[in-house]
Amino acid sequence: MAYALQQLINGVTLGMIYGLIAVGYTMVYGIIGMINFAHGDVFMIGSFLSLIALLGLSALGITSVPLALALTLLFAAAIAALYGWTVERIAYRPLRGSFRLAPLISAIGMSIVLQNFAQVSQGARSKPMTGLIPGGFGLTIEGFTVQLSYVQISIVATTLSMLALFTWLVTRTSLGRSMRACEQDLKMAGLLGIDTDRTISLTFVIGAALAAVAGLMFLLYYGVIDFYIGFIAGVKAFTAAVLGGIGSLPGAVLGGLAIGLIETFWSAYFSTQYKDVAAFSILIIVLIFMPTGILGRADVEKV
Amino acid sequence: MADILSVESLTMRFGGLLAVDSLSFAVRAGEITAVIGPNGAGKTTVFNCITGFYRPTSGRLALTHAGGDGFELQTIPGHNIARRARVARTFQNIRLFAGMTALENLMVAQHNRLMPNVASGLLAVFGLGGYRPIQHAAIEKAKLWLDAIGLMARADDPAGALPYGAQRRLEIARAMCIDPVLLCLDEPAAGLNPRESEELSDLLLRIRGGQVGGGCSILLIEHDMGVVMRISDHVVVLDHGEKISDGTPAEVRNDPHVIAAYLGEGDEDEGHEASAA
Amino acid sequence: MSGTALRSPAARALRDAFLSALVALGIFGVMVGLRTDPGARSLVLSWHPVPVAVAVAIVFFGRLALSGWRIARPAGTAAPRRLAEGMTHAGRYVAPVFLILALTLPLYAGRYYLDLGILVLTYVMLGWGLNIVVGLAGLLDLGYVAFYAVGAYTFAIAATTFGLGFWTCLPLAGLFAAIFGVLLGFPVLRLRGDYLAIVTLAFGEIVRVVILNWVSLTGGPNGISGIPRPTLFGLTFLADGGPGSFADYFGIEPNITQRVIFLFYVILAMALLTNWVSLRLRRLPLGRAWEALREDEVACRSLGINVTVTKLTAFSIGATFGGFAGAFFATRQAFISPESFTFIESAIVLAIVVLGGLGSQLGVALAALVMIGGSEMLRGIIILGVDLVEYRMLLFGIALVVVMVLRPRGLVSGRTPSVSLGRPREISAELVAEGRG
Repeated sequence: MAYALQQLINGVTLGMIYGLIAVGYTMVYGIIGMINFAHGDVFMIGSFLSLIALLGLSALGITSVPLALALTLLFAAAIAALYGWTVERIAYRPLRGSFRLAPLISAIGMSIVLQNFAQVSQGARSKPMTGLIPGGFGLTIEGFTVQLSYVQISIVATTLSMLALFTWLVTRTSLGRSMRACEQDLKMAGLLGIDTDRTISLTFVIGAALAAVAGLMFLLYYGVIDFYIGFIAGVKAFTAAVLGGIGSLPGAVLGGLAIGLIETFWSAYFSTQYKDVAAFSILIIVLIFMPTGILGRADVEKV
Repeated sequence: MADILSVESLTMRFGGLLAVDSLSFAVRAGEITAVIGPNGAGKTTVFNCITGFYRPTSGRLALTHAGGDGFELQTIPGHNIARRARVARTFQNIRLFAGMTALENLMVAQHNRLMPNVASGLLAVFGLGGYRPIQHAAIEKAKLWLDAIGLMARADDPAGALPYGAQRRLEIARAMCIDPVLLCLDEPAAGLNPRESEELSDLLLRIRGGQVGGGCSILLIEHDMGVVMRISDHVVVLDHGEKISDGTPAEVRNDPHVIAAYLGEGDEDEGHEASAA
Repeated sequence: MSGTALRSPAARALRDAFLSALVALGIFGVMVGLRTDPGARSLVLSWHPVPVAVAVAIVFFGRLALSGWRIARPAGTAAPRRLAEGMTHAGRYVAPVFLILALTLPLYAGRYYLDLGILVLTYVMLGWGLNIVVGLAGLLDLGYVAFYAVGAYTFAIAATTFGLGFWTCLPLAGLFAAIFGVLLGFPVLRLRGDYLAIVTLAFGEIVRVVILNWVSLTGGPNGISGIPRPTLFGLTFLADGGPGSFADYFGIEPNITQRVIFLFYVILAMALLTNWVSLRLRRLPLGRAWEALREDEVACRSLGINVTVTKLTAFSIGATFGGFAGAFFATRQAFISPESFTFIESAIVLAIVVLGGLGSQLGVALAALVMIGGSEMLRGIIILGVDLVEYRMLLFGIALVVVMVLRPRGLVSGRTPSVSLGRPREISAELVAEGRG
């Protein structure tokens, strides 16, 4: 019981991170109908940026952890947003309205570029970064101590506030309205005077910023990153987006939580080696039996 | 004459929407039957049920071949409606294989004769299984249809590059290449100019009479009343998923229900289209 | 915007270049400029301003040059299109020339180029195999490496456990891969487009993770070593010669190059077989049904074509060739491990198919030559003290993006009709669908 509670806590934390990345996938897919293959790698870049920022701030003598974290979050999100914007501008915008496979291949190309860029510029070795927020609550039930670390609390709190901010952005601002209009019908939105290029760019920017936040959370949670984390996390986050119903923002978070929980419980009760298989199998099963996901819309083919 | 297709109490429901409500009518063998009605009357839904793209909520679709073989279309999955029951169809928005030539389009339609099963398809790679004579026959048949639709000279042009009217005719020829007993045409005259409509009517009459191909019953959805009145033997009128009239073109034209459905009740656009045609 | 319209093109170009450089500064400044290195207790940062300055300068002048080029030639799309048409026409003559060059390669090329040739041909074969699935049937497959892995492991396990030879195992490898093709095919039949891509990707990863963890069968991360080399009608190609070897039989000096030459011809023959079968199938009902499926699945169904069977045959025949290639890979390397079967391999093969131009056999061969041969050629080139081979994958990725942006339909686009009454004419790529599956 206590063990399960522990897994629940761990699963929710992990799920929050996946959810943040999944939002980026789901937004881009909703608007331009493509899998932004490079999104997982933007997340990876985001966690590298966070690492560099944290090291830089401590070198500058900023010792207050909350201040350092806040600055890091802003910095990583801003630079990652630049990455997101650039990726879209270089690899996707010229191919808008082109043959379907072309943007997919150029997205894969971008993913390879980002991965190897990080490897070449920062080295292939994994980067440890531990003990920034030590401690937590412990609760002993039936002889088993359930840990709720401060890291986990801050991850959940940050993610929730980010999502709240983002939901406000999408539902209450004119930018959000443009985004939703583009999602409904890109061509029509353009005809009605919405600057679709700008809206799409901003979608990538926001998605990348959220991915960078997820990158920071990942760094805090696992305490080690390398240039390859983007691929697996990206596939899992995409699974989350699909599971939740692609195009649906609450669905992405819900899907993220589901994947996080499944992965954690699977590792805890079955085997750690096959935890990725679990996530991928779920992806396959969901797509086959429930292609619209939990909160997605049905897509009926007209003949 | 015997009925080739008998539609009995066909009902199709999409969620809360009742698209087709307990519809019954018959298509007689060797005739051209037209289904008309305002937009949204459920015509294409009926077609999609007959050709296996939708599974009807309830009702029966009984097809009887000239030899007496019977098929319950509502129980037959997907491609077997074309393959076994031999019901062919065209689409409202033309669905040709645009990147393949006119000839290739007609060859694809003869797929099941050219390749009865996967093994024979693979044997053909090594020149086994007597593929050559079958292929020769298939090309001859394609040529026959290219000639019938006046596209012999453009046999090697990609279908997507043909003029619109030619694409319509090619799609009909392609459907005919599966040797159907029933040909379902979804608005074949849509977008055609008067001369092309005339040619189309002639083509359909020749298909019905067996002057080209082996003879075939035709079921068509059409808004062009000129075409409908000229070639149909029998007209079924739908409105809001229900049959409101059924009879010869002359009977239907004078049916007050039909006039009301077309001109009244806010379906004005439809009325214009129909009367203009 | 009216303000910018008034400015001269040169001023605008300068402004664009400046803005691009600013973005580049943001992008490279942190990731390149601040390097994390392991320090005494934790990571430490080191400051590298020179590479940043170089990168920003490259972006600035690159953007400037691009603007200049655009001003000089406003109709920028004409050139690549003409190039493509030229290549399509030249195809008839280029293919035989390539074939002759390949057949005679061992006469004039050394060991290094033979090895490179083997590598390129392996990718050519994989490309041609995947081309059946993606190019002809229009089914997007990002997990092709799974079949390559299944083929390799089938051969490796059969050879090391039961002592079977390469030629006995080759059909077995193909068969197992085909079975996996059907296994993958069944569940994904209803999926389309990007969903299909992501599921096939997941399938590839599942196969890899299973291989990695099923230690008793596959040796796990340690892989399988001691895989036998192929023989020529029972003659071996051992380095020390010995009885029953090729060198012994013909009474010549044993030489490791003999084996390389033999392997080269084996993969050449296998690749040509793949090509022959694909070309043959294209002219037969099955291949035509694949192409029709790519063009319009709904229309196929309305014509009585069994879409399920047609898709499964595409998956399984494509997989068979992947399996053959995998068996060859295993016998060539004599050692295999899960590291050789990562997603990146699938991505590379798919990229070769798309870069070559979907459905074009020659295009795929050219793309494999350029991408694989080209990136291997970087080995040993040293600019400014850095070995370019380190940047191999980075440059590969950049090349993918650049080629796609310039030529979304690949090097050789357009298709030749599979049957014709008169002289067959090329069909423009604009009309050819790429499938939604």
